[in-house]
Amino acid sequence: MTCSRREFLKNTVSSTVASVMPLSAFTLLSHAEAAAALAESKVRWAFLVDTNKCVGCGLCVTACKKENEIPFDAPVTRTWVERYVVTKDGETHIDSPMGGRDGFIDDKIRGEEIDPDNIDKAFFVPKLCNQCDNPACVQVCPVGATYQTDDGVVLIDRNWCIGCGYCIMACPYGVRFFHPEKKVADKCNFCYHRISKGMQPACVECCSFGARRIANLNDPNDPVANIIKTERVSVLKDEYGTKPHVFYLGLDAEVR
Amino acid sequence: MIEEPVVHGIEWTVKELFVYPNEFIYWSIQIVMYPYMTGLVAGAFVLSSLYHVFGQKDLKEIAQFSLVFSLALLPVAALPLLLHLQQPTRAMEPLLTPHFTSAIAAFGIVFTTYALIVLSEIWFVYRKYFVEQIHALKSAPGLSSAMRRTVYRVLAMGAYDVSDGAIKIDKKAATILAAVGIPVACFLHGYAGFIFGSVKANALWMSPLMPVIFIMSAVVSGIALCMLTYIVIMEWQAFRRRRSGGVIEAGEIKGAEAEVISKAARYLIGFLIAAISLELLDLIFRGYTAMKSWDILRSVMYGKDFMNIFVLQYTLGNLVPFLLLVLPRRTLLRTVVALLLVLFGVFMMRWNVVIGGQAFSLSFSGYMHYEIPVIPHSVETFKEGVFGALMVITTPFVLFWIINKFVPSLRRTTEGS
Repeated sequence: MTCSRREFLKNTVSSTVASVMPLSAFTLLSHAEAAAALAESKVRWAFLVDTNKCVGCGLCVTACKKENEIPFDAPVTRTWVERYVVTKDGETHIDSPMGGRDGFIDDKIRGEEIDPDNIDKAFFVPKLCNQCDNPACVQVCPVGATYQTDDGVVLIDRNWCIGCGYCIMACPYGVRFFHPEKKVADKCNFCYHRISKGMQPACVECCSFGARRIANLNDPNDPVANIIKTERVSVLKDEYGTKPHVFYLGLDAEVR
Repeated sequence: MIEEPVVHGIEWTVKELFVYPNEFIYWSIQIVMYPYMTGLVAGAFVLSSLYHVFGQKDLKEIAQFSLVFSLALLPVAALPLLLHLQQPTRAMEPLLTPHFTSAIAAFGIVFTTYALIVLSEIWFVYRKYFVEQIHALKSAPGLSSAMRRTVYRVLAMGAYDVSDGAIKIDKKAATILAAVGIPVACFLHGYAGFIFGSVKANALWMSPLMPVIFIMSAVVSGIALCMLTYIVIMEWQAFRRRRSGGVIEAGEIKGAEAEVISKAARYLIGFLIAAISLELLDLIFRGYTAMKSWDILRSVMYGKDFMNIFVLQYTLGNLVPFLLLVLPRRTLLRTVVALLLVLFGVFMMRWNVVIGGQAFSLSFSGYMHYEIPVIPHSVETFKEGVFGALMVITTPFVLFWIINKFVPSLRRTTEGS
């Protein structure tokens, strides 16, 4: 058999291209799958936080850490509670020790004593992933390991994340972190494993005060969705154009 | 004993006032090294192209050297990225399943394209030399000559034609590749700037000027490093000649060296002015528009990072070397000091962008300080500490030494020997 150099090079190039082309690009869809992909989802998950009801007990943080296996004593957390104390001199004091996991049992804020008579207002604000409609984290992931489901939740594929940290940098809300054991990006997903089976997220389930509730915006009979639609709600940092889907009742202008 | 899981970033992040619980300095020294090394690659290539494309004949000496040096720098540009990944074994994924809305996804493609251009340009420039070596080593005795000859046979890839026509084609191909290489080199680095400039969550990074600033400072640092390495090598060669009694040859080397350096310095100054102007424009614009983030940015720039930004970067890294290069009666020693300061200034610029961008909380209510690990006590504190950075810095010189064994980048003097 003879093979000229030109031919050899030609064959090398074509076989390289052929082997690099990922076969997964040609997945065949069943009729049902194709229809499901085209039709608008019946579910759009959203979250409602009523800051007026939050007492800062931190049970939501504990429940979340246990449910989602985030090392309990690591300072990183999928959800956290912030304490705001606005004093009469116009200063805003904020803290969230261990993400508020153990509640706010100390009157001091980062070691600073605050005179109770000098306080104008004080309140708690729970935070979690906003499951944005236009998520910056999904946009910047170089390998597509973080992605948005049809029902609006942003998930992370732990077997595919390379741990570059670009998504952590891109999130304006600071909800992402590296999982201390898995060494991949991690964040709240509204307890997707629970809500997709008709259960409540762990933090919602354990909140005794009804400060946290989950909603399906595409269900006209969902009572929580109707609160979001009919009441005056606000979102965090809408100036980034991410279209966040955690809605707040009673959000103060001081909240960052 | 079960090892306590370590939160990435906790070892070198010190928080002050209110910072979100998940915020740490996730991008540390290796991400400072990444644009720094990429910039050196791009700059070295641009310098070599000034000769190959624009026919700046007096740069011929340094041009060939820069081309080979940019090849030595090339693998090192990807090394910091690999070192900072939490899952380094998955490093090939951006090539296998690129997600093209991400700026990082294009890295593999741009980087590979650029590597191919550099490799093929070197091949066209040195093919004649390879063939000459094959013939010269044919009759040379010894195993090492035989092995060297085999290496050159592989490098020549079967193209032994060194007729005038063939060499002409080689030259033409090298010129075309150098021309194509300039936009690709700029793209490679401009897009490193885009990685930062497009992060809308980060008040310091988000700026459309970022890619252009990165390109300008890249060229500055690349030219400076090539000039510096060139000076060191030439001085070493002149020193060796003088010791072996070749005073005239040593003088010749020094004369040629001074000419090349003064020409290259002119380009360096030009790009330096462009880089500083753009950076100042960015700074003035931020202060003038005074968006919501300006309060915290100002407190970082004029307060906490004042030393890093205005003293180390702008004054010591830009202004002082600029004066050293511009003032009359420049000596070689003064040039060397200026070049070292320029390299330091560009490094500080990368530092102030990458670390400075994480110096404040996304809540705009607190700060984070980066305490770089010096003595490593784990893989992570080695990789993302002083020693990891030193490893990245020294690798290109080792690679250059090896490559230079087969592809002598300073041929004028080697032929003389």
